[in-house]
Amino acid sequence: MVTVLDMPETTSPITLNQPAPAPEPEVERGMIEIDRLGFAYGNHQVLHDVSLSIPARAVTAFIGPSGCGKTTLLRCLNRMNDLIDSARITGGAIRIEGVDINAPSVDVVDLRRRVGMVFQKSNPFPKSIYDNVAYGLRIAGVTKRALIDEAVERSLRSAALWDEVKDRLHVSGYGLSGGQQQRLCIARALAVEPEIVLMDEPCSALDPIATAKVEELIRQLKQQYTIVIVTHNMQQAGRCSDHTAFFYLGRLIEFDLTTKIFSNPGQRQTEEYITGRFG
Amino acid sequence: MEDRGLRIEEHRGGSPSAILHSPSLRRRGRLLEKTLFWLFRLATYFVLACATYIFLDIGIKGGRTVFTSKAPFINVPFLTEPPQTLYVFDFEGKKQTLSDRQFREWKVTHPGVSVEASSIAYSAGGIWPCIVGTALLVVGSMILALGIGVSSAIYLSEYSRNGRWIRLVRIAILNLAGVPSIVFGLFGFGLFVIFFGWNVSLIAGWFTLGLMVLPAIITASEESLRAVPQGLREGSLALGASKWQTIRKNVLPYAMPGILTSSILGIARVAGETAPIMFTAAYAMKDEMPWQVQRMTDFFFQGVMALPYHIYVVSSKIPQNEYTARVQYGSAFVFLFLVMLIALTSIVLRERSRSRLSW
Repeated sequence: MVTVLDMPETTSPITLNQPAPAPEPEVERGMIEIDRLGFAYGNHQVLHDVSLSIPARAVTAFIGPSGCGKTTLLRCLNRMNDLIDSARITGGAIRIEGVDINAPSVDVVDLRRRVGMVFQKSNPFPKSIYDNVAYGLRIAGVTKRALIDEAVERSLRSAALWDEVKDRLHVSGYGLSGGQQQRLCIARALAVEPEIVLMDEPCSALDPIATAKVEELIRQLKQQYTIVIVTHNMQQAGRCSDHTAFFYLGRLIEFDLTTKIFSNPGQRQTEEYITGRFG
Repeated sequence: MEDRGLRIEEHRGGSPSAILHSPSLRRRGRLLEKTLFWLFRLATYFVLACATYIFLDIGIKGGRTVFTSKAPFINVPFLTEPPQTLYVFDFEGKKQTLSDRQFREWKVTHPGVSVEASSIAYSAGGIWPCIVGTALLVVGSMILALGIGVSSAIYLSEYSRNGRWIRLVRIAILNLAGVPSIVFGLFGFGLFVIFFGWNVSLIAGWFTLGLMVLPAIITASEESLRAVPQGLREGSLALGASKWQTIRKNVLPYAMPGILTSSILGIARVAGETAPIMFTAAYAMKDEMPWQVQRMTDFFFQGVMALPYHIYVVSSKIPQNEYTARVQYGSAFVFLFLVMLIALTSIVLRERSRSRLSW
């Protein structure tokens, strides 16, 4: 049996619409703690000894050349890699708010509800716009029409899509443009009130105007959500992230404030990558 | 077309350009092209001619049975009556052909007249019980095959991890698809009819036919499930849906049109096979209709008449003469029509679902 989602009017442990509480030591320690994580597909070691502390209510970007393991790490955060037969964690741990997400006691379904994900290729369901956004709520057992209506509107507004689709909520999500589809996927992820939103190259298939809209959206969303974004696009990391982690060959090379990484990187490899000398 | 401009130094023996520009070789090449083209074309026409001949033969001769020249233009008794024995005799210089029932009435209206009537089994009346029996066999076996087949396809496509064991299962399924239908019939006879003691019955036929189409259903369902993009599964799981919720809400609905269309082709096979039912479910002749049973449970444990078996019986189990062709062609015509109807449904369904779902 599924549990009914905490709706805004009930007492939710995280009050999303309120301003962030005064920073506590916990927040400083990072909402997501990645501790010496090793990860492999079969015998192919993809991540080596990665340690990283991702702060709450900020945008953290993972950058690095193709095959550096940034997407794999992102998919570790909501255990999406569980779907891959040969994938396994070879060492270390990931803790979200202090809880090891790979512990046997952790319910992966609940974890994924709390850690939403937006994929590289926008993947709206072959349903109406409304049903796309309502999907997660219905899955969670929300049946009241009024609650769903309200959540759909709130999510679409959060994803800056409401004004464009409010007159055609019941037409297929496939009729939207690429950028709109991606924002629909963001709205769908927001509808289940996650605490963390993972984005895997969300703009890689979008044109510059649609990209600008999604980036603007990301900057707004960080007031309520902890966002981790994987991107190939250096400018994008520079424009919309607060912290940047640079990966190379499965290792974390450098992690710091984005302004620091881009203006005064501590490692030579980071500098070479950012200035376009390799990658 | 000969390109004379390129014809240079024909006989420079051995050099590639001599071959490249040789007009005689080019002529030979063209001849070969033409011959092959005609060969392929004739092969196609041959198939077409055979198919046309079969369809016309059954259509024309069967049409004589099924259609009439008077309104309502369809031979309703043939479609709605059970098979009867045909009685043929001469009376007052005229040849009489009467069905069993008509002959008895005739005898009542002609008391004291004794005639030498020759009787021809099954050649009067209609084929209604056969149509009903085939429909019952199809519905039951398809429900069984879909239930088991789709479930195992879900397991194979969504849950199982590719390993040696699953490869073995797949090979077993492929092998099952290659088993001749008569072997299925004997298997069903041995297991369901004798060992389970179900006798010759609908339920034995359902299981035998269901097992026969199972490989086709599993393969088709698995393909349909795999055709659903992985992104839809991941998108659903990432929203906190469980695996089963994802399959039920976001995979199965999109695979269903494909599963159903390919199952309809399975229906055509189930409806058409004679061998699996001749030992397990089919009666050559039965007076009661399937619903005329004493208790509800008897329904499942009764044999039925079936179209393919009826065609087999009237074509090979009774002495042939000029009166038997009527029911043979008529049954074949109705049978062909029903199978075509099923195939047409599948095409329409497929086109509809295709236009509705696309990614």
